[in-house]
Amino acid sequence: MASLAHAALDEGVAAARIKVRRHKQLVMVLRIAFAVVMLGSWEILSRTKTIDPFFFGRPSEIGHKIWVWATVGTPDGPLWEQVRITMEEALLGFGIGVGAGIVFGLALGRIRLLAEVLGPYIKAANSIPRVVLGSIFIIWLGLGLPSKVALAFVLVFFVVFFNAFQGVREVNEDVIANARILGANRRQVTTQVVLPSALTWIIASLHTSFGFALVGAVVGEFIGSIHGLGHLIAFAQGTFDTNGVFAAMFILAVIALGAEFLITALENRLITWRPSRRDEVAL
Amino acid sequence: METAISSERVTAPGSGATPAIELVGAAKRFRTPSGDVYTALHDFSLSVHRGEFVSIVGPTGCGKSTTLSLISGLAPASAGEVRVMGEPVTAIGKQLGYVFQGDVLFPWKSVMGTVSAGLRFRGVAKREAQERAREWIAKVGLSGFEDHYPHQLSGGMRKRTALAQSLITSPEILLMDEPFSALDVQTRTLMEDELLELWSSTSASVVFVTHDLEEAIALSDRVCVMTAGPGTVKGIYDIDLPRPRHVSEIRFDTRFVELYRDIWENLRDEVLLSYERAKSNG
Repeated sequence: MASLAHAALDEGVAAARIKVRRHKQLVMVLRIAFAVVMLGSWEILSRTKTIDPFFFGRPSEIGHKIWVWATVGTPDGPLWEQVRITMEEALLGFGIGVGAGIVFGLALGRIRLLAEVLGPYIKAANSIPRVVLGSIFIIWLGLGLPSKVALAFVLVFFVVFFNAFQGVREVNEDVIANARILGANRRQVTTQVVLPSALTWIIASLHTSFGFALVGAVVGEFIGSIHGLGHLIAFAQGTFDTNGVFAAMFILAVIALGAEFLITALENRLITWRPSRRDEVAL
Repeated sequence: METAISSERVTAPGSGATPAIELVGAAKRFRTPSGDVYTALHDFSLSVHRGEFVSIVGPTGCGKSTTLSLISGLAPASAGEVRVMGEPVTAIGKQLGYVFQGDVLFPWKSVMGTVSAGLRFRGVAKREAQERAREWIAKVGLSGFEDHYPHQLSGGMRKRTALAQSLITSPEILLMDEPFSALDVQTRTLMEDELLELWSSTSASVVFVTHDLEEAIALSDRVCVMTAGPGTVKGIYDIDLPRPRHVSEIRFDTRFVELYRDIWENLRDEVLLSYERAKSNG
């Protein structure tokens, strides 16, 4: 009886595995089908002149544009050079913004007086539409790299700061009390209890804030620069080159997805202690 | 062998040494967000002798846990005196263990990291801390789980980890705030027996807060009954049951039943009062 029941259970498990695999395959097929339908209808509508190719471009032309940029070069020089410049600006702004956001978030979260004094100013600063700061940064720092890094920084900083601050505030009071009873001093509580506890919040903010870093770099280049992907877009816009704008957009999307992948990998590495999400399958 | 340990560690009340814990007319008042003053604890006096196991029972919201935060130094008393080992409490005690009601394990630390945390905070070298942690992990029966994280452990295992974490610093005072209330009945009885065994090999004075009278009698040398909030002492009972005790069996002892009846007689009115209040407050 028991072995029969076991066999039945094993069969159930095997069937469930097949079910999961089939489901994954189905999702993949549907994803590809979605892309084919979207791009295909865009291509067809554009070729049949149902939509004006001058304004809406054409996927095949966009692909060709990227190919030309990659092999021959862009109006600003080699494509890789433009990608590298934009990435450098975004990554520098991202790194400095994340660092400062964590430090300020921890400091204000832990030191009540500091939060009370600086709180209103930070809220006020956060309410400024930060993209307009781009103009000021270009006046202050010129057309080169520093003005783009500054813009990326202010965009990243507030996102990370507010998350780190909230993360510190959300730490269970009893967990802190427990650490203090165990002999932790204030610094140990901050570094060994509050920071790891707030880490889930901080890392959650990295996903959105890298996107902001890229926005900062590209908008900065857009407002005033002589190279980078943002300048490429501005140039394409100036010459009514719709396909060029789309091509640069596509490259930016690929970069953003790559960064997202890396941040997820970092998240899994840093937060190994988190329960893994189990996909439950009904037998 | 267990008998030998337990007779050795008993300190006769009033043996001349200053009590381990003394609360004299202690009160705790909080200011509520609406600006009112809420009195959690009122004129509370209790002394716990060295090596003694005292339970505090009382209805929900009577300020049982507040007494622990006063003794631990986590919160100052609003009035009265609180002394530990003869010294007034002004900061968190160094020789103190505290087992919290909720789950306060660090989710990012493995069992090894959790148990050794107290020693590491106090500056013990990593290797030595881990060695001693390994002993304590074995003592609470978790050998082989050193690398597990809290979310991979059952409720009972998490409590064992918390016990080992508190006991590794060899506290003179052990405060426990309804530590087993979240466990199922079977696990709970096992943990109570285990606690008594672990305690018998230490010289710690224990204050154990619970709302469960059976648990209080089974574990303690004395049981302190509190009134419904604002809490104060209603009565203190000596539990003259012999040690070593087995929690799972002692409940059938005739003396246990007698004690339970006596204390419940006293506690019942407070529980009913607290229940009526809770009902009228919606």
